[in-house]
Amino acid sequence: MGSEPRIGVYICHCGSNIAGTVDVKEVTGFARSLDAVVVARNYVFMCSDPGQEVIRNDIRDFGLNRVVVAACSPTMHELTFRHVLEEAGVNPYLFEMANIREQCSWVTEDGRMATEKARALVGAATKRVYYHQPLETRKVPFNPNTLIIGGGIAGIQAALEIANSENKVYLVERSPSIGGHMIQLDKTFPTLDCSACILTPKMTQVGSHPYIELMSYSEVEEVSGYIGNFKVKIREKARYVDADKCNSCGVCQEKCPWKVDSEFDVGMGKRKAIYIPFPQAVPNIPVIDREHCVYFLKGTCRACEKFCEVKAIDFEQEDKLVEVEVGSVILTTGFDVLDPTPMYQYGYKQLDNVVTSLEFERLVNAAGPTGGNIVLKDGSTPQSIAIVHCVGSRDKNYHEYCSRVCCMYALKYAHLIKEKTNADVYQYYIDMRCFGKGYEEFYERLSEEGVNFIRGKVGEVTDQALSEEEKGKLVVVAEDTLLGSIIRVPVDMVILCVAMEPQPDVEAVARLFTISRSVDGFFLEKHPKLDPVATTTDGIFVAGCCQGPKDIPDTVAQASAAAARILALISTGEVEIEAATAVIDERICSGCQLCSVICAYNAISFDEEKNVCRVNEALCKGCGACVGGCPSEAITGRHFTTGQILAEIEGILI
Amino acid sequence: MTVTPLKEVVDIVNEEGGEILKLCYQCGTCTVVCPWNKVRSFIVRRIMHQGQLGLIDFEAEDIWLCATCNNCVKRCPRGVEIIDVMRALRRAITELGIAKVPDSLRITVKNISAIGNPLGEPAENRANWARDLNVKLHTQETEILYFPCCIPEYDPSVQRVARAAVNILKKAGVDFGILGSKANCCGESVRKAGDENLFQQLAQNNISTFAETRVKKVVVSSPHCYHTFKNEYPKLGGNFEVVHFSQYLVDLIKQGRLNFAKEVNKKVAYHDPCYLGRHNDIYDEPREVLKSIPGLELVELPYYRENSLCCGGGGGRIWMETKRDERFSDMRIEQAVDIGGSVLAVACPYCLLNFADSVLTLDKGDIIEVKSISELVQEAL
Repeated sequence: MGSEPRIGVYICHCGSNIAGTVDVKEVTGFARSLDAVVVARNYVFMCSDPGQEVIRNDIRDFGLNRVVVAACSPTMHELTFRHVLEEAGVNPYLFEMANIREQCSWVTEDGRMATEKARALVGAATKRVYYHQPLETRKVPFNPNTLIIGGGIAGIQAALEIANSENKVYLVERSPSIGGHMIQLDKTFPTLDCSACILTPKMTQVGSHPYIELMSYSEVEEVSGYIGNFKVKIREKARYVDADKCNSCGVCQEKCPWKVDSEFDVGMGKRKAIYIPFPQAVPNIPVIDREHCVYFLKGTCRACEKFCEVKAIDFEQEDKLVEVEVGSVILTTGFDVLDPTPMYQYGYKQLDNVVTSLEFERLVNAAGPTGGNIVLKDGSTPQSIAIVHCVGSRDKNYHEYCSRVCCMYALKYAHLIKEKTNADVYQYYIDMRCFGKGYEEFYERLSEEGVNFIRGKVGEVTDQALSEEEKGKLVVVAEDTLLGSIIRVPVDMVILCVAMEPQPDVEAVARLFTISRSVDGFFLEKHPKLDPVATTTDGIFVAGCCQGPKDIPDTVAQASAAAARILALISTGEVEIEAATAVIDERICSGCQLCSVICAYNAISFDEEKNVCRVNEALCKGCGACVGGCPSEAITGRHFTTGQILAEIEGILI
Repeated sequence: MTVTPLKEVVDIVNEEGGEILKLCYQCGTCTVVCPWNKVRSFIVRRIMHQGQLGLIDFEAEDIWLCATCNNCVKRCPRGVEIIDVMRALRRAITELGIAKVPDSLRITVKNISAIGNPLGEPAENRANWARDLNVKLHTQETEILYFPCCIPEYDPSVQRVARAAVNILKKAGVDFGILGSKANCCGESVRKAGDENLFQQLAQNNISTFAETRVKKVVVSSPHCYHTFKNEYPKLGGNFEVVHFSQYLVDLIKQGRLNFAKEVNKKVAYHDPCYLGRHNDIYDEPREVLKSIPGLELVELPYYRENSLCCGGGGGRIWMETKRDERFSDMRIEQAVDIGGSVLAVACPYCLLNFADSVLTLDKGDIIEVKSISELVQEAL
């Protein structure tokens, strides 16, 4: 690198995106006037093949050893141009990009101001690149094992996709069985196939797959490492049942005298203190619920133990901590449903027969607590049912976003109600959102079935009757906005289509895996359109409703996409790691370890013998926090050295 | 329908929160939760849509109906400041003269403009209610300014509210004073009725009057004064601590400065005023005061706290005529009677006026009485 810097500067028009506002000729002329600039040009699309060719030719013809491209955001095309340099035999780090689109032409209509700022940014990039040093990227081996967290349909799908390629998957599920919310559902829209019928074959495959290690009733406690090489600590909670001995005969739960509300039936039915959550559970091994088991509470009972023929009950069992090593992680932790209890206007938990959508799923399910009969609390069949859309969705007071599935399952409910009861159905909607394949057709079908659609948000569900026919009924009050009048409909049952919301522990999980969340609280994908399954942390992927509300087809597609991304990583067998890392000058380091406290990636370790800190380059993300934090100025951020940054500032001020 | 070609109207609507009006997605929540629809049709949503399109019918009576109870704003899923829109439409009428202002409102506003109070009484009579109570005027040395609101000061049937307050403050040994004839209407309802200029004048007058004796802390009896002092005056340069009388009572009770000597053996229903509750999230303090009165049984009305039923007096409605069969206050009295209340406790002079009137017209005087919280406290001392 002894030779003098010879810089080429290229100004992109980006069609009219930049050139429509910024005077690219003027900026090119300005660039030409700067120190060490050998050539400066502008071109209509620098990222195009001919655009790249211009740079390659100039490197050859003018002997360039530094390049600046002023175009769009580096997140779009930095890699493209680094690659051009590499092909032309120049170290890719001897490159700098000035963003004159998002930061200039797109933020003002004032061409003069945009041009002035473009000049400043080009000046800064050119001054900076002068001090760039060649850096070498390194490759580390990629562990082909994958960890998937959450055993709903997303986790199941991704696990099978990866395991079918004969790569190992650890599937961790918090509850006693996999299946997630989908296994609680009755029919699925718009095809009306039974949810359990299409899901249980996949669940069984997971349970018996040679490449899937199913860790149910388990939770991740600790994560360390980096893409290709994560270490994860998992707590396998004690079931108090020896899984190797248990033959799933079910006698224990039959004999257990203690009943509690079933989580699976969302409180609509009961389960025992020792229980298999539902008949098709995978694994089909019972769990003792310590909080309700009388033996654990009072020290007597042990009925299950007495009746277990294979002696599988083990009250002495303890939680196990297991450590696994994986190359990548998929978070498929799903969603929770909004609790409408605080929304006084709907009367949930105050009035009988006001139920949430998930409760209705259990009510209408043939395997549910009523055997699939839609009945009121007193056991009678409802004559009329109101379905209230957007309960907590599309509402600034709760969740601003649309939950995306409610319109469709509300239509499904209408169909099931018509099929099973002949009751009148009233759909209260704001806008019908039937966007998926076959969805609009389903809407049309339901219109044919004679469902009443009322366009208006329900303001109140009350038992205060104003007339004889309202007496003893739930009165649903809304403005029919198409009629322009208030209507009161007396019904027997009200179904609240409650919002899907992030899991209550979403924040802790995001912190555990150092990923971000979007304003709605769900996990944030790397790019909403072009990278919807990756996250800001390399090697951590997301799929399903933990990233945002979605239906089953979208969830499955996203899970398969995440699996494909991981299989691509596995097939290369190694992973490139960031070259722009921090480096500690051990001659200056005083061993205070402030940097290791600051580091968000656990990338700094302490060498006790030498009393100095050291950066693990595989873990370092090059964020620079330690560089700023070091009181002795012993740390340099490669590619962000003080000299480079000062030159950049000087360039802006030219 | 009248198409409004007036650019000034659009400007006023935008200035007063019309920007956010564009967010309305026409779900009709505002219409359903509006108390008017319990007595007559008032399609709030339609007005919002007319506003979005600039097609307001300014001649319609609807513009003057809104009692600014804030139920729609609290429940609106898109956060539209519906009251600001209503205020803007009224302002367009008042300032541009494009339609008629209801007579009773016009006369009241004229009174306030001329002599600073809605009743048109001479300013020097403002402190007559306190003549025999030996209350001092507020000076720089006085700790608290007690600001009763025009209604308890001038209206003989409501003066008992201010008198009870004064008696309590004296018993608790509070160092307080009043403004006497120098006070003005706070202007809160004037602003909601659409007279922005008059509101600005009233606010400036009060702010400079308060500044003369360096008022640091104001105790008010009316949630309407509370609302504007707390949320609107600071933007106009008026900065002082504002406390509602019910909040101040909680403090006095906690400090042990009030000793209840008597029992008040009554079943009391508390009515949340819109401007204390929904506008300022004060729900607990009035209940705390009532619960601390020995012998008193507090019962809850069917619509309470955030879901309270408006008395019909906000937004300038207190000065407008409401048809006999369209009074929310009548419904409220029925509700209070239904739950077996012998007293309907209020924390706002407007509520007191409306409810007392309803008790009379419904001829329920022998079943239920309407009392302010301060009166009930006074009874127990």
